[in-house]
Amino acid sequence: MANIVQFENVGLRYGAGDETLSDLSFALTSGAFYFLTGASGAGKTSLLRLLYLAQRPTRGVIRLFGEDAVTMPRKRLPGFRRRIGVVFQDFRLAPHLSAYDNIALPLRIAGVREEDIEQPVHEMLTWVGLSDRIHARPPTLSGGEQQRVAIARAVIGRPEILVADEPTGNVDPAMAERLMHLFDSLNRLGTTVVVATHDIQMIQRTANAQMMRLDRGRLLDPTGALRFPPSERDG
Amino acid sequence: MSEEKRPERRLLDAGRATRTMRWVMAIMLFLTVLAAALGLGALAASRALDRQLAGRLTIELVEPNPIARDHDAAQVLAMARGDRNVAAARPVDPARLAKLLQPWLGAIGNDPDLPMPVLIDLDLHDASDLAVAALARRIHAIVPAARLDRHAAWMAPVTGFMNLLLGLAAGIVLLLALATGTVVVLAARAGLETHRDTIEIMHMLGSTDVQVARLFQRRIARDTAIGGAVGGIAALAVTALVGTRLAGLGSALASGATLGPGGWIALAAIPFLFVGLATLAARIAVLRTLGAKL
Ligand SMILES: Nc1ncnc2c1ncn2[C@@H]1O[C@H](COP(=O)(O)OP(=O)(O)OP(=O)(O)O)[C@@H](O)[C@H]1O
Ligand SMILES: [Mg+2]
Repeated sequence: MANIVQFENVGLRYGAGDETLSDLSFALTSGAFYFLTGASGAGKTSLLRLLYLAQRPTRGVIRLFGEDAVTMPRKRLPGFRRRIGVVFQDFRLAPHLSAYDNIALPLRIAGVREEDIEQPVHEMLTWVGLSDRIHARPPTLSGGEQQRVAIARAVIGRPEILVADEPTGNVDPAMAERLMHLFDSLNRLGTTVVVATHDIQMIQRTANAQMMRLDRGRLLDPTGALRFPPSERDG
Repeated sequence: MSEEKRPERRLLDAGRATRTMRWVMAIMLFLTVLAAALGLGALAASRALDRQLAGRLTIELVEPNPIARDHDAAQVLAMARGDRNVAAARPVDPARLAKLLQPWLGAIGNDPDLPMPVLIDLDLHDASDLAVAALARRIHAIVPAARLDRHAAWMAPVTGFMNLLLGLAAGIVLLLALATGTVVVLAARAGLETHRDTIEIMHMLGSTDVQVARLFQRRIARDTAIGGAVGGIAALAVTALVGTRLAGLGSALASGATLGPGGWIALAAIPFLFVGLATLAARIAVLRTLGAKL
């Protein structure tokens, strides 16, 4: 299977001081499911930010969809970002927009016609269990509800890569399982999924997922050998 | 607050800032259009005055002997009518002159024995100092005591006043335009600040810079257009009202101050100009902010 993401000797430094991420070399296989773990401050969000093009590395090579993402001209980035769905650790919902409009945002940005937006948005709302909160604005939603809106927004455009930063941090175990099931369904449809989490139990419950462990900015498997190589996946 | 129907308009929060912006734009454009109207009116009046005064000259022949006086007058008139620089030469009717002088002279003004000066009005093609001096030499060759009265000279205080008014209006228009332009730019920047999170989100979801900028441009153009329409129409109405009042005065100077179609078009164009300026300012502000991001 093709590598959808490839990091080679990637380093990231915020301003002066030590590198936050060092010597990251790994490849993500298209269609696989990855967990990214590590202590708080290990650099999970930083790594994901490189992945979803919110940040350029200070050194190294990042290849995304087969193209060099480090030297890619700025004006090509939007097109790439649309192929990546992101659940931000802090959600980043537009506070004045309803749940519906927040979820519809990626489709509208991509220029999908209004009549083709309504049905998928309603389906997503049902999926994340928010069909009765369709007109609610984020400030009136609970943390877990906001998180579910953020997840719905990330997956609505059927992205090729789904990047989720602690997506189940604010929901109860039942909802967490339901959301993981959503990610899994998406993964089965071909989306490469990368989920950063502290939740070891969730990792263990998810069959066929692979794990990347970060420790103070370095991958614990520097060769890129993952705990469960994609070939071990069933199906 | 009413729910916007168009989804792309919902994207930007329509808050108090928007309504304030509309009011500020209405007031600024009201003042700008009004000041421009004042300026254009002063300009029109000054032009009309110029047209009336420039090239007007009156020759005054003071001669106690009526026979010599009439002889001089006939000679000067003949010379003037033959002169290439003189478009028209008219002796002022003595009866009218007597009437003009009556307030000063009283009933004796009608006394035929009273030596009355002869006045000859000339319209010149070329009213430059040089041409007038040359003409004066030719007149003085015939009547050394003839006095020449250039209307432009005795109307100079009026012309000066008109020019002062014109300069003042131009200055006010310039300052107001500057202030309005600054308000527009500041509003665009403030809008950017208000919507920073939305912009950031759209940016991360794959919006192009131009997409985001367009959203803003539309919003700001709409606010400016609404404010500009209210302020502009009010100012045009006031201008029209003042115009009819001026015309009612029946004074040549006042009626000269009325606007032609070109003036009205120029005034009506001002709000559009500012909508364009606002759109441009918003676009530049958004593109610059986004350009600093990855
Ligand atoms: N924009 C930034 N500027 C400077 N330092 C930063 C920035 N973002 C993150 N850091 C630092 O980089 C390190 C890694 O942060 P990061 O957010 O990637 O950790 P994390 O693994 O996601 O932690 P958590 O589990 O708490 O979310 C931290 O020490 C953090 O302080
Ligand atoms: Mg984090």
